[in-house]
Parts: sequence; C-alpha cells; structure tokens
Amino acid sequence: MPAGNPLFNHHNHEALEQNTMMQPPIVPPQQQPGAGGGMFNSHPQQQPQQPPLPAAYQNHHQPQQPQPQPPVQGGGGVGTTNPFHHQQQHHQPHIPQHLTQPQPPPPATVQHPPPGGITSSANRYPPNPALLQQPQAPPQQPQQYAQQQQQPQSQQGPYLPPQNAAQQQQQPPQRYVISGQPVNPSNLYPTIPTQPLPSPGPTTNNYSQQYQTQPGVGGGGGLPQNSHGHNNQYPAPPQQNPHAYNNGGVGMGVNQVTAGMNNMSVTQQGFNKLWGIDHADLLKTRQVLPPEGVKSPEIRFPHDYMNHVNCSPDLFRCTLTKIPETKTLLQKARLPLGILIHPFKDLTQLPVIQCSQIVRCRSCRTYINPYVYFVDQRRWKCNLCFRVNDLPEEFQYDPVTKTYGDPSRRPEVRSGTIEFLAPADYMVRPPQAAVYLFVLDVTTLAVDTGYLKTLCDVLLEHLDTLPGDSRSQIGFITFDSAVHFYNMNSSLSQPQELVVCDIDDIFIPCPDNLLVNLDESKEVVKHLLTNLPGKYLSSQNEPRSALGAALLAAQKILGPIGGRITVFCASLPSVGPGSLPNRQGDVKTVKDLSTALNPSTDFYKKLALDCSTQYIAVDLFFLNSQYSDVASISCISKFSGGSIQYFPNYHMVENPVQAKLFEQAMVRYVTRKIGFEAVMRVRCSRGMSIHTFHGNLFVRSTDLLSLPNVNPDAGFGMQVSIDESLSDFQTVCFQAALLYTSSKGERRIRVHTLCLPVAGNVNDVIQSADQQAIIGLLAKMAVDRSLSSSLLDAREAFVNAVVDVLSAYATTQNSLPNLALVAPKCLQMLPAYTHSILRSMGFRADLRPRLDDRSQFMNQMKTLPLYQLIQTIYPDLYPLHTIASVPLASVPQSSRSTTPENGEEEEKYPQFPVLHLCSDRIEATGVYLLDQPDSILIYVCRNVSTQFCEDVLGVQGFVALHEMDDLPELETEWSNLIRNFINYLQSNKPYQVPIRIIREDSKERMWFVNSLVEDRGEGSVSYYEFLQQLKNMVK
Amino acid sequence: MAFTFVAFSYILALIIDAFLIFFAIFNIIAFDELKTDYKNPIEQCQSLNPLVLPEYGLHLFFNLLFLFNGEWFSLVLNAPLIAYHVHRYLSRPVMSGVGIYDPTSIMNTDVLNKCQREGWIKLAFYLLSFFYYLYAMIYSLIST
Repeated sequence: MPAGNPLFNHHNHEALEQNTMMQPPIVPPQQQPGAGGGMFNSHPQQQPQQPPLPAAYQNHHQPQQPQPQPPVQGGGGVGTTNPFHHQQQHHQPHIPQHLTQPQPPPPATVQHPPPGGITSSANRYPPNPALLQQPQAPPQQPQQYAQQQQQPQSQQGPYLPPQNAAQQQQQPPQRYVISGQPVNPSNLYPTIPTQPLPSPGPTTNNYSQQYQTQPGVGGGGGLPQNSHGHNNQYPAPPQQNPHAYNNGGVGMGVNQVTAGMNNMSVTQQGFNKLWGIDHADLLKTRQVLPPEGVKSPEIRFPHDYMNHVNCSPDLFRCTLTKIPETKTLLQKARLPLGILIHPFKDLTQLPVIQCSQIVRCRSCRTYINPYVYFVDQRRWKCNLCFRVNDLPEEFQYDPVTKTYGDPSRRPEVRSGTIEFLAPADYMVRPPQAAVYLFVLDVTTLAVDTGYLKTLCDVLLEHLDTLPGDSRSQIGFITFDSAVHFYNMNSSLSQPQELVVCDIDDIFIPCPDNLLVNLDESKEVVKHLLTNLPGKYLSSQNEPRSALGAALLAAQKILGPIGGRITVFCASLPSVGPGSLPNRQGDVKTVKDLSTALNPSTDFYKKLALDCSTQYIAVDLFFLNSQYSDVASISCISKFSGGSIQYFPNYHMVENPVQAKLFEQAMVRYVTRKIGFEAVMRVRCSRGMSIHTFHGNLFVRSTDLLSLPNVNPDAGFGMQVSIDESLSDFQTVCFQAALLYTSSKGERRIRVHTLCLPVAGNVNDVIQSADQQAIIGLLAKMAVDRSLSSSLLDAREAFVNAVVDVLSAYATTQNSLPNLALVAPKCLQMLPAYTHSILRSMGFRADLRPRLDDRSQFMNQMKTLPLYQLIQTIYPDLYPLHTIASVPLASVPQSSRSTTPENGEEEEKYPQFPVLHLCSDRIEATGVYLLDQPDSILIYVCRNVSTQFCEDVLGVQGFVALHEMDDLPELETEWSNLIRNFINYLQSNKPYQVPIRIIREDSKERMWFVNSLVEDRGEGSVSYYEFLQQLKNMVK
Repeated sequence: MAFTFVAFSYILALIIDAFLIFFAIFNIIAFDELKTDYKNPIEQCQSLNPLVLPEYGLHLFFNLLFLFNGEWFSLVLNAPLIAYHVHRYLSRPVMSGVGIYDPTSIMNTDVLNKCQREGWIKLAFYLLSFFYYLYAMIYSLIST
C-alpha cells in the first residue's frame, strides 16, 4: 500500500484500527470466496489425515495422562464402532505419508475466525463459506461425501473389514471428516503444545467447528454436544428429539451411540436437516440451548461472494435473515421485522478510505456498496432505488494493484463496513474540537459515597489519554443547592471557584475560562482534580440538589461549541428548575407503574432537545442509593444521544464490588472513542420503510437520526415495515451511514451495509428467524408499550408474540403430534428468553424491583448492543469443573484482549459449553461460572473435587475455601486455562467486571440462585410451566 | 324572515368552521412536510402546538351557542368531536407548554400517520358540517 498515494490513503489515528494501516483495506485473500469455498472440495486427499473431531473429543476423557501425541494422531472415524480400534487402523499408513509429504494446511483455514461461545469482534465475515453452500446441495450429496471419504480410507486402512466400510458409507457423522479442518493435537490436550505451533492452519478450534459443520450437512443428527453429563432427557420419542439420543453419550461413547442409533432415522432426519426444517417439541426437549451458545443464523445467498462482504452480525442484524416478499406474508409469519445495529462498535479491522469524491447514488444518496450492480465499467445501478449512476473516473483505479479498469476491485465494493474520510461538503461548520464538561454532584449523599475520589483519580491518570487533539477542552461544574464553577485560566496557579446561588435564573459568572484548553491549563486542571475530593469532605454540605440549574449552566457553556456533558447524580433534584417530586410512594399497584416510569416533567426532555440542536450530548452516571427518579432525569440522555450508567447503592468503601465496577466503567468511559456532531441515516430498499426508532437518539426526519455524540457502547433498533411487494427482487438492503467528527477533528462516515435475500414462502421466513434479534426488538417494543400503555399489556404482548410465532409455525407443518409445542430450530430459545425477560427486573409484574432499577433496565433494553442485551436477559452459565474434557480454542486476535502478557505464546482458553439456567443442571460436584454483563460469578458446589480446589482455587478443599474477588494466580495448567477463559469473557465486555467466587453455603449464593431463571421463583412460574401455558395458547 | 339568535349562531358557526377548515389543512400540510423531510420536528411542533387549543376552543365556542339555543341536533353531531378533543388533550404527553405534539415522538411513523389521518378526517367533518351550517342558517333565516 503506497502511503503517499493521494487517491487512497489510509488515515488511521485510532489505536484500535491500527491493523488496517498495515493491511490493504480489502478482504484478505484468504477470506475471498474462491479460496474459502475451495476448502470444501479442493483437499480431498487430505481428509483422512485430518483426525475427525469426535475422536479428539473422546481423547479428552483421559486428560490425566497427557502423552504428547504425534501430530499425525489418527482420527476416530465417527462411523466405526470403536474409536480406538479405528485409530490403530489409521496410524500405520498415516505416519509415513505425513512425514514424507508434509502438506501445507489449507489456506482457507488460516484466517478462519475462531468461533467461540461468544462471537468476537474479530469475526467480521460469516465464517465458513463451505457451510453456506450446503443448503443448495442436492439431497444425495451426503452420500457423495461419504464415498469420497471412503476411498482413501480403504486404501490406507487395509485392516478395515469390508462390512465396516459399508457401514461407514451410510453413516452420516462422517461429515466431520469432510469439513477439511485439520486438527492440531496440541489443541486436544490441555497440556503443553508439543511445538510452538508453527503452522497457523490447524489452530482453529475443533469444538465449535464440529457444531458448525453440523446443520448444513445432510446426515441425520445426534448432536454429540453433551458429553458433560447434563443431559437432556425428557423421555422423548426418538424421531421427535434427536438430542435425546445422547443419554448414553457420557464419556467416550458419545459418537458411537449417536452414530449407531441414528442409522434408523438417518434418511428422514437427514432430509429434514437438509431442507432446514428441523424442529423439536419444546415440552420434551430439555436441551435447546446449543452448547456453543446461540449464534446469529447465517444469511444464505446463492452466491458465496455476497456472504463474504456482508456486514458482520455483531454490527448489523435483522430479525429475519430472509425478508418476506409481501406484507401479507410477514403477517402470516407473525414475526416482528426490524434491524438492530451497533454502528460505532470498536473494530479491529476497518478499511478507511480517503478520496476526493465519495460515490453515492444521485437520487437516494446511498453510498456505493458491495451489492450494487455494475451495468458496465462506467455505470452502476443503485441497489436501493435502482437508479443507474455514472462512476467517477477515480473509481476505476484499484489502489491495491495500482491498475485501472475494474471497479469491482475497489474496497468500497469489497466490504460491508467501511469508513470514509469526508470532504468539506459533509460539514455544516468546521469540525468541532473534543470538549468535555463534567457536572459533579456534591450534595451530602453524593459526597458520602466517595465517588469523587475515584472519579478524580481516574481522570488524573487518564488526562493524557482522553480522546482528543491539541484543541481539546475541559471544564468542571459542581452542584449542591448552588452551582459552583471553576475558572481554570492557565495563568492561575490554582483554580478559582465561582459560586452562583441564584439557581432559578442561572447565569454564567465569567464568559471564558470555565472551559479551558486541556494542554494549556493541564496543571490547573490537575490541581483541581487533586483537591476536589478533599474540598467537599471537609465542608458542611447541602443535602439539596440543583441538578436542573447545573445542566442549564452546562448547556450555556457548551452551547457555542457542542461536546459532551458528563453528569454524576446521586440524589433527587429538589431545588430550582427541574426539581422532581418523590414519586416512589405513589406506586401502590402494578397499574401505577406506567405513570411512575414516565417522566414527571418535560424539563429534561426539552433541555435535551436544545442540547441536541447544539451538538451537546449528556451522559449520566447514577450513583444513588435512594430514589432519584431515573425515569425523569434519564430523558436528558435519551434524546441527546448520551449514555446512562447506573450503579445502585454505590459506596466506595461499603460496596467494594460496585466500587470496582464503577472504577472500571469510568476508565472505559474516559478512554473510549467518541464521535461528535454525529448523524446517522438508515436507508432501506425501495418497498420498505423504517417505522420506529429505538435507542438514545432524536429522530430529526423520517430516516435521519441526530446523535450529538456517538459512543462505541450504544446500540440502536429500528422497526421496519414492508410497504410494497418485494417479489421482483432477489435481495433487499439496509444501509446505515454514521457521519461523525472524530476526536481528532476529522469528519468521517462509517457505512454499514446489510443485504438479505427475499423469500416468498412462509416456512422459509420462519426458518430464517434470528431469535436473539427478535428478543432484542421485542424488548424495545415492550418498553414502549409499558410506557405508553401498561406493564401488564407489555407482558401480555410478549407472550402473544411468542404464541403467534409458534402458531404460525404450527400451521405450516402438516402433521404435528397433538400435545406438542413444536418450535423450529431457529426459534427454540425464544420461549426461554421470553420467560426470562418476563421475570427480569424490568418486566416482572410485582413491585419488588425498585422504580429506578426498573427504569434503568428499560433504558438498557433500548440501548444495549444485542450481545449484552441477551446476556442481561439470559446470562451465560459454564461448567468450569468439566475443564478436563473440553476442547481448547485460541484467543481471538482481538485488539481488545486485555491481557498484555500474552506476547510470548498464543493463549488458549477452554471452550466450555453453555448451560441452561436451571438448577437441575447444577451438580453437587460442580463449579459454575455465570457470566453477566456487570459481574462474573463463580459458584463452587460443596462436593467439588479436591484437585480442582488445589489447582484452580488454591485451597485444600471446599472447607478451606473463602469467598474471593479473584481467582488466585496459580502456576497450574487448569488455573491458567480458566484464567484465560475469564480473560476471554472479559475481553468481550466493554470493560472488566468484578469477579466473585461464591460458596454454595454462603449468603451470597442468592445472587447466583436468582439467576437460574428457569426454576420456579417467588410469584413466577418455572420455564416448564411457562411452556405449558404457551402450549394451551398455541392453536 | 327573521334574524334570530339561532340564525346568528349559525352564521358564527359558519365563519368559525371556515377557520377550522384552514386549521385542518394546515395540519395536514405540516405533517406532510414532516414526512417528506422538509421540516425539523422541533420547529414543526412549535408552530403546531399553539394552534391546538384555539382550534378546540373555537369548536367548543359555537357548540356552546348551539347549547344555549337548544339546537340539539347540531350539538349531537358535534358531541363526539368534543369528546375526542377532551380525551386527546387529557392524554397528551407530559409537557409544560400548551399543545399535544411532542417532537420526540412525532416522527414515529405510527404517530405521524395517526396525526395525518386525524387531519383528513377533521377536514372532511368540517367541510360537511360547513354545508350543514349553511343550510341550517338559511333554514333559520327563512322560517318564522
């Protein structure tokens, strides 16, 4: 990449995007469709050498004898009845062959994003292109594969009895071999890797590979998912429930058993799977949660290329991965249609383009994207409005090969997510500087919590790393019943405090120097930050809070420039403008809730709108232990594009867990990226329209969202409606363009494009549903409903939504057994999520949660990115004690990896299966990790093995275990692995969260037990009872 | 032929109704502008909100005249609209100023469509009642 190329410069200032500078901003060649697709077919001769995964699985069951295996360790063919027997057969022919001709690993696997229980930000492309081809494969394909596979096997395995071979031919699980994934033995043994992993190829993890391979291929499917003992057995008729086969599958026999038993219904199930109409009776299937976690369904296009260039599901997701072609069809499917978007997520790889003219459609202003149609080399057809546009001369130039002629090689048409450096016509005024104004609560309640100390320390430490350039400005205001300003002129030796007591008619005591240049006045700012915490500790404080006046003052100070106001609030505003009544006592019944959850005044909303037009965003931190009307105050952030964070019962000393969380959140807050003066426009194909917007934003026109600031932790949702028939089109597109000013004063446009196929059949539509996105959207709609109507209405709407979907599915199926609650594979977790959300703090129908907790939960439902939203509703539960038997995966190359010490060797973490949140999954000998958005709980049961205690917890046994805040750093293998796993979980969060280790018999166990939402709770039904209720409602 | 109080109130109703027709048209145009991105919702609400109460008041005013005159039929015709106005104003979003339109929710397509449909229905109602008042005025003028 020529750095001096004027046409195509990679401007990169953000550390997070550093990768991009080094690489050409296009899809790396390894990820290109040709290579990717090839991995399926082009290495047939390698297949027998690659040990199929199930064997690896079996080997895990003797981790105590970690013999370094030769890299050619034979694979347990799934088809054979005895895996060990099978291995022997393979070894002999293999070793010489492998040694003489070491084959390079297939290139396709090199860049394979490591799939994990949790999708990482590095996975920018739908992972395995080979899988995507499979739905199109003719039904006989599985057999073809089997034969392909058979041939080398019979050559190399001379001892294979003929009948065994014949049997193999029919056995579907051979698909594991076909997946073309070489397995590195160092993956299989948690011990030492035999070598420092020279070949990058085999390091993909076999565990989730195994499951990923599964759905597409036509073979019948006993999922060998559950070798950990928690099995899934309601007594189910076998043809209904493929999962039920696994009962015997604990230990090494999983694959034999599944393989053997599946023979019976292979054809039927194979076809079902092939056509994607696999379903299960929820009442009988207990294990509906896939062990690797629920993933977004893959979008399936006829062309591979289109899959590769689509926007990552972490950034942009639609509730349906196939759009129904008419409104009637959508109504028939009874699914909500909408998109969820996380537009400003921190990305590790983002092509950035600077060019003199950004190519856009002349009529609908769509940015050029991978899904446009090039009529010829000079013209392109817009994929949203179908207008034919001219291509500028410049676009012919391919910056990578430095040649002219082929517009399809441009990075703009190679990636679903791209960032442009905007020329001057995208500015209404010169880009603003980064401006931060902190508005601090210094009432008695606030000072008592001690937050000032933490905040000032964090700020002092990160003053130099605040995003910004030499123009950055900073200011401080404190308020109790008066508003205190600080003159921080650089000529002063210490800041000068100015107190304004006239809060009813607030004015700015001096015209400048309240907001100062950070570089010039750094010493004064540091002086203020050092002395501020002590200053208010000593003096007599006011209990009353004049938040409204302080906000008005802040708005006046920032008005001419715009920027970010950060408000810390620990008490109810009680004097001056914007003072609020305590409404807590008004709520006597659940019906009163909808008034109490609505703002009691429009002061904050009006102020937010004024701020919004002046490019000011207000971020809120609540640190209250008493009622402070989050519902009313949060309006200031809701309509100004701010963020709301809530630390109930915060106290620096008395609540160390919350204190730690607050500190981490503050560090993240002051150092995270920020986009100023942002607007986002969401366009969609002709025939569809955006209906309702959710998130902290102000809708300025039908598709233009005003976001005075945009932050990387904000998610948005939009409901979409279909206005005209889409039957003429094969695909539809959504494009979100976020125009913002970076903290360095550059105007940038980040464009995300999502393309989805159109379906004309109700079954296809239902089968394409994305259950997590659906819950994400339903939650947002339910929040609106409970504010405009009532909470009970919202709950009912939730249940109805699920009943509707399941009824719609039932009507598409011809012969369903009575008394069954059948759900397609893609919607099986929907009832569980719904059940869980109905019991959550926000939507439960009793008065136990505090009003503020409920309000904040609803705010979160509106603004959290989908990944965190799902985790809030349904946290991830992992069985840590199964460490001996789970496969390992390497830590994804996410730049967010918070472990700096992983320089020398690649880190591995065990891929624990995700468990249902149900107490009968909890074994007495187990240790469980509950991954919640704001904490990680490790729950140690009474009969935990001594070895685990010694190796991981650093104590002799359960008796000696104390509650701890972190795992001890022991130099044992298990301890390393588990800490790696926790680091991996932490790296998926915006900031590190506190860890808590809980004994089974402690008081704190209730934190854990309350999270097991599938159990029956006080005043709420269990998951199973909920399913039965659903059953009665589904017609 | 006699110029009675009844005739007077119908003449007044006729004139006021002409104004109401303009209000309805203005509303429809305003929402259409919002839909087609010509106007900022904050400004649009600022221009619409002050007109809401005058419209309701004018409508209520000539209905009070009908009430005093004992024009029961005309009153019954207008009663549903009065009830709707009262309900609409009572269930308005939390606002410190006058009016019923909130810039933060007005851009929601459901709300926008509802407001626009309301405008069209009112326009039709006012137009029809305009002719009715014309007829009733002439009737009360010529009948003695």
